Amino acid sequence: MITLLEARNIGKRFGGLQALSDVSLTIRKGEVYGLIGPNGAGKTTFFNVLTGAYTPDGGEFVFNGAVLPSGKPHLVVAQGVARTFQNIRLFRELTALENVMAGHHIRTSAGVWGILTQNKHTVEEERLTTERAYELLRYVGIERFATATAKNLSYGDQRRLEIARALATEPQLLALDEPAAGMNATETVHLKALIEQIRGDGITVLLIEHDVKLVMGLCDRVAVLDFGRKIAEDVPAEVQKNEAVIGAYLGGGQKHAH
Amino acid sequence: MNELALAIPWLGKRNPLAARWLVIAIAIAAPLVAMAFGRTWVRVLDFALLYILLALGLNLVVGFAGLLDLGYIAFYAVGAYTAAFLASPHFDVHLPIWIVLPLAACFAATAGITLGFPVLRLRGDYLAIVTLGFGEIVRIFMNNLNYPINITNGPQGINALDPVVLFGWDLSRNIQVTEELSINSLFLYYYFFLLCVVGSIIFIQRLQISRVGRAWAAMRDDELAAKAIGINTRNMKLLAFALGATFGGVSGVLFGTFQGFVSPESFSLMESIAVLTMVVFGGMGNIAGAIVGAIILSALPEILRHLAVPVQQALFGHVLLDPEVLRMLLLSLAMILMMLLRPSGLIPASAKYSHIRYLKAKGVTE
Repeated sequence: MITLLEARNIGKRFGGLQALSDVSLTIRKGEVYGLIGPNGAGKTTFFNVLTGAYTPDGGEFVFNGAVLPSGKPHLVVAQGVARTFQNIRLFRELTALENVMAGHHIRTSAGVWGILTQNKHTVEEERLTTERAYELLRYVGIERFATATAKNLSYGDQRRLEIARALATEPQLLALDEPAAGMNATETVHLKALIEQIRGDGITVLLIEHDVKLVMGLCDRVAVLDFGRKIAEDVPAEVQKNEAVIGAYLGGGQKHAH
Repeated sequence: MNELALAIPWLGKRNPLAARWLVIAIAIAAPLVAMAFGRTWVRVLDFALLYILLALGLNLVVGFAGLLDLGYIAFYAVGAYTAAFLASPHFDVHLPIWIVLPLAACFAATAGITLGFPVLRLRGDYLAIVTLGFGEIVRIFMNNLNYPINITNGPQGINALDPVVLFGWDLSRNIQVTEELSINSLFLYYYFFLLCVVGSIIFIQRLQISRVGRAWAAMRDDELAAKAIGINTRNMKLLAFALGATFGGVSGVLFGTFQGFVSPESFSLMESIAVLTMVVFGGMGNIAGAIVGAIILSALPEILRHLAVPVQQALFGHVLLDPEVLRMLLLSLAMILMMLLRPSGLIPASAKYSHIRYLKAKGVTE
């Protein structure tokens, strides 16, 4: 198996809180990798450090053999890492189609002069961006809402739209932050099918999720964070039996001393 | 050009084509009608076009990119003073408009970037305060740069700016067609300004439906998410400031050459607020809104100015309220009424950032 992303001793501290300490993990190309842990374990912080929203205090990410720039989100996206947010963050006033088109920004190149003169390159690029965005809406199954304003979509559809927007950046690694949060059972089943479809198309998925059933049914491997430390990394069936993990979730005593 | 149809909402929805032609007809016929009431009104229209240009530029920064700028008039000042330096007897330099205009645009854009860099991390109220300060700094510089070396001629301003000359054709002179019939200079300026406004509308509309326009809208709606999809928000903000400033600068050149005189008092904070009011009143984030807002709020005070004095004299026998006071009163009243009745402006933004026509084959309708 080829390694896609390697996190090397990632550390991040907020004042007196060690949000991440010495977290190392490897994500292989083509797998769905789960990142779980109790609330406040550092999962979202890990996402933010990975995608360049935060600068780590220590450690580095190696993606496709090259070190990812830290603290420069747009360069990380350019390398092929895309993310969604735990609390949906869409461009509310844009339509669904325009949201996805905005996601294509990093893969297009028209400049002000080209836009002013509407030269061939710009017009062609705009047409391709529009078509591609529509295809992505179809891919996640919400193409009938292409011209609806994002804020008017239902909750489940907004989650799908956010995934489509992330896919528009043409990522190799798609990082989903609790995509099933707030979804009902039917929506979760559809989401699972969508993630499997994304994996089937060769995109590696990094998944933060609380829904244990979804994680166990979907992930090839799972890492467990607790108080900013990785306490386990294994296939789901093994992780479920791991005593440290059970302790972390159920409150195993000494770990919660501080 | 669908934005044009939006300028007349009640017709635009039913019959966009008719609305479009109506707007074009009004734009062309307006000065002819105004002339019937006197030359002053043609002048008012000329100024309305300059305000449209300003409002369009500010709308780019505030409406599209979501950066609240309270010092916008500074770029207008940069443009006007560039014209005053490069085409007047002040330094005895007389460059043609074709050189002054692009140079002023460049200077204004540079000023925009200069303002942009320090405020990159600021948002909302904080951004407004800093830009407000920037606007005042520029005005105070213009006011005081007459000593020890006289650059701006201080509060007296600079006189006798060269008029616009296009291909040897002086816009400030009336054209004598026949013995009786002459075309007034105010008309010539009107159509020249109209041309500039139309060009700006086309450019801004193209920007809006492009990767740049979408990046601005994304940044405005959610900056964190915009970063997360790979938009370089720093560059996009600087671009918005630079392009917005360019419109201000061009408008400033036209203002200076048209009026033939520039002085710091034309660029006070109240002017920045007036332009922002036009944008907000018309409807932030769409071209039609900026245009309608600029026309109404630049023409109405003039109408009021001409009515206020005679009406007050007829009613009270003397003038109680100065027309200039009434102007601010009217702007404030317009804002209060708007907030109560139409909180998202006269023409609420329904801006498009994509061409649906590219998807026609797929059966997508608007």
